[in-house]
Amino acid sequence: MTATLDIRIQAADFDIAAEVDRLRGAGTGAIVTFSGICRDEDGRLAALELEHYPGMAEAEIARIAEDAAARWPVTAITVIHRHGRIAPGENIVLVVTASSHRQAAFAAADFLMDFLKTRAPFWKKEHERDGKSGDWVAATDTDDEAATRWGRE
Amino acid sequence: MKLVYFAWVRERIGLTEEEIDPPGGVSTAGDLLDWLRGRGPEYEHALAEPRAIRIALDKVHASRTAPIAGVREMALFPPMTGG
Repeated sequence: MTATLDIRIQAADFDIAAEVDRLRGAGTGAIVTFSGICRDEDGRLAALELEHYPGMAEAEIARIAEDAAARWPVTAITVIHRHGRIAPGENIVLVVTASSHRQAAFAAADFLMDFLKTRAPFWKKEHERDGKSGDWVAATDTDDEAATRWGRE
Repeated sequence: MKLVYFAWVRERIGLTEEEIDPPGGVSTAGDLLDWLRGRGPEYEHALAEPRAIRIALDKVHASRTAPIAGVREMALFPPMTGG
């Protein structure tokens, strides 16, 4: 079975309901979505600035999606990752997986997010409410550990 | 070869990209990192903690032992924080 992969890197926001509708099909019995949202970190943040590596960001997410589609019988995977300045409450990333049954869709979405966080070339910089340009967000060991549980590397 | 930098590696070096011509004997990505560190204090500052630096060769993740012969673009960046 060949899954339909749709990978988009964009500054613009996305419409979660429209992306779910796009994956409806006669053989699709389950659609799982994950939405990553910008936090305000207890009121401290005015925005996050997301930098990315054009070309590699798309290619690396496509590699992760192909890996997921080879592991689970999904019919379609959509990943949309935004870049640029994103305010608290706004969308950062969307993963949508479709399958005939829910287990594959849940597992593929979980796998995609774990590897997206540790392998997709994006970096977050904090902009604080007091106008200061804050620090680059540090990578966390828990994200690295989450990715190792799939036995991919 | 083109070098491209991202996030705090880019800020510390003060460049987004540059063309370089590494000397003979620089054959792996790790060799190139070591050579870059000797190019000035901004490079030393950016690359002082080698374990914090990730490498991509022609837009694919690579290790320090990867050969760089024939590579057109090498990227240096900190651990990723997307998602």
